Amino acid sequence: MGKLGSYIRNSQVWKSIFRHGVPRDRRTRVMAIMSNVFLHLHPVTIRKSGVRLSYTWCMGGLTFFLFLAETITGILLMFYYRPTPEYAFPDIIALRSVITLGLLREIHRWGAHAMIIAIWLHMMRVFLTGSYKPPREFNWVVGVILLVLVMLLSFTGYLLPWDQLAIWAITVGSNMARATPFAGHEGPGSSLLTLGGQPLVHAGSDAKFMLLGGPLVDENALLRFYVLHCVFIPFVVVILISVHFWRVRKDGGISGPL
Amino acid sequence: MDAITQIKDWINLVSRPEIFLGAATLLFVLILVFYKQLTHPAAAIVVLLASVGGYAASMLDKNFRAIVGKPDNVPITMLLFMTGFFLWLALRQAAVNDTRMERGEPLLEGKPDDKVLVWPDLVYIEFMIACVCTIVLIVWAIAFAAPLEEPANPSIIPNPSKAPWYFLGLQEMLVYFDPWLAGVVYPSLIILGLCAIPYIDVNPKGNGYYTLKERRFAIFTWLFGFLILWVVLIVIGTFFRGPNWNFFGPYEAWDPNKAVAMVNVNLSELFWAIWLHKPMPDNPLLRELPGIVVFLGYLMLIPPLALVVRPVRRLYEKMGFIRYSLMMVLALFMALMVIKPVLRWTVDLKYIISFPEYFFNI
Ligand code: HEM
Repeated sequence: MGKLGSYIRNSQVWKSIFRHGVPRDRRTRVMAIMSNVFLHLHPVTIRKSGVRLSYTWCMGGLTFFLFLAETITGILLMFYYRPTPEYAFPDIIALRSVITLGLLREIHRWGAHAMIIAIWLHMMRVFLTGSYKPPREFNWVVGVILLVLVMLLSFTGYLLPWDQLAIWAITVGSNMARATPFAGHEGPGSSLLTLGGQPLVHAGSDAKFMLLGGPLVDENALLRFYVLHCVFIPFVVVILISVHFWRVRKDGGISGPL
Repeated sequence: MDAITQIKDWINLVSRPEIFLGAATLLFVLILVFYKQLTHPAAAIVVLLASVGGYAASMLDKNFRAIVGKPDNVPITMLLFMTGFFLWLALRQAAVNDTRMERGEPLLEGKPDDKVLVWPDLVYIEFMIACVCTIVLIVWAIAFAAPLEEPANPSIIPNPSKAPWYFLGLQEMLVYFDPWLAGVVYPSLIILGLCAIPYIDVNPKGNGYYTLKERRFAIFTWLFGFLILWVVLIVIGTFFRGPNWNFFGPYEAWDPNKAVAMVNVNLSELFWAIWLHKPMPDNPLLRELPGIVVFLGYLMLIPPLALVVRPVRRLYEKMGFIRYSLMMVLALFMALMVIKPVLRWTVDLKYIISFPEYFFNI
């Protein structure tokens, strides 16, 4: 076994991938972080308090891990799911009955809920350690935007099963847009906006219409939420997570007493 | 009636939003005041056992199980226990740090030059967490099937229709505020307010370690917002609201025919008809004048008047005009989330200002 191991580690293939020896001493351990693009998200050394679970609760890391898990299960789900009123519901049923080990949807759904909890607790930890204070003010703001996006990710995904639970939850939520001041047709002030005596903001032109692509939660809304859920929001989230991680390092790593 | 039914009836009774919110707030204040004693591990274990025991016993009740045990509501239970645990963890460390600072001892978090290598120390922890989280997710997925109801049908409206659980605090606010406030203005203010925190909070202390003593006001305000105005409202909105958004205790069956008398009055009616015994003015502006005066006075007079208080004045001097005004407006809107419900419970107030013609009701 030992021989085989050292044969593999000395082979050209292995050495071309990992450009350092087994991380046993300080130099190779530093190399392990520096020469790997994924691990290189980390600094090489870190404050002792920063690795203690009781300090960070690892909630930011957990949020990120759940985001990865959601991405992977989400991509797999996309193979089976068609976002039209005709197919969406039967496709969801098939996920459970037809597919081997049909846990994909379960993992994706509970992972999404868990991500919401994790991100709230991450924010709570950041707040309670005062980690938003200078120089980390801006990263907190990036975090708040991520918070909104993660909740919107969950919300847009909620519609996709296209069952009673889905359309009515989204109806309740999107009805709020109807009440946007000036921009919703039942919002304060919108009746003041007229053009040539005609109301400018009505059920066919207001904020809710824009959100749903129609006056009601129907096929346009399904398509819109599908694209938002699978492409648009994740795309923005990936960019912002990159900024977030970059800033954690540039702002001096995990916070700690000065 | 046996003892268990009596206890259940009593709990149903005291779960009414006004009592539940009041009790939660009281508990919250007690925890923050006596955090040093209450976070003692022995006290924490008693609380943990009591809440797990209470939860488990409640699961025997079929009405409780029907709503709390619903797969989509399981995350709320997780949220409650995890928030409780992490609140304890944070306040415990704050208590230790605060005691240490009084004695001039070093903090739990140590000095900046205490460093370790990321490989293996951090990478190892991340890997373990990823494994544990994967296992938890898979077990969770096996234990609870993802819910799927009847196919979407635009002509059958479920009663109650609820948003996803993480928005239910806002939906619960709809009891007290119109959609434009609960659904648009408040969410925007929450996002804006959160973003503004680092720029409003000028207290340089408590950066990078757990403490309560050095940041009492900031921590009190934020935790009140998160724990009471967000998490507790989610609990009420999900567990205690049944058909027609009527209140139901945790052990009560959801009866769609439960009738609740609604006798809410507007401030204008209170003012003109009940206090002055006059007919309501025809001019809407005049009709709503008392409410407008009260509301604008609330927003515009309290910030300058508060400066009479010494500590507020010192705060103002540190913060400057813009930060102070922003903080006050945000704080006053947050307080309104408490004041309006209290007015509803005490004097049946519906709207402070009401222009139904323009959907403008506060
Ligand atoms: C997709 C969502 C998010 C991800 C993946 C994420 C990830 C992380 C990670 C991995 C860290 C390193 C330390 C730790 O784990 O605690 C971190 C730090 C930080 N996060 Fe987040 N985060 C997210 C959302 C948020 C939110 C909602 C906030 C606040 C509103 C926030 C504010 C911060 C700040 C200020 C730091 C620096 C803390 C320090 O240096 O101690 N993040 N984040």
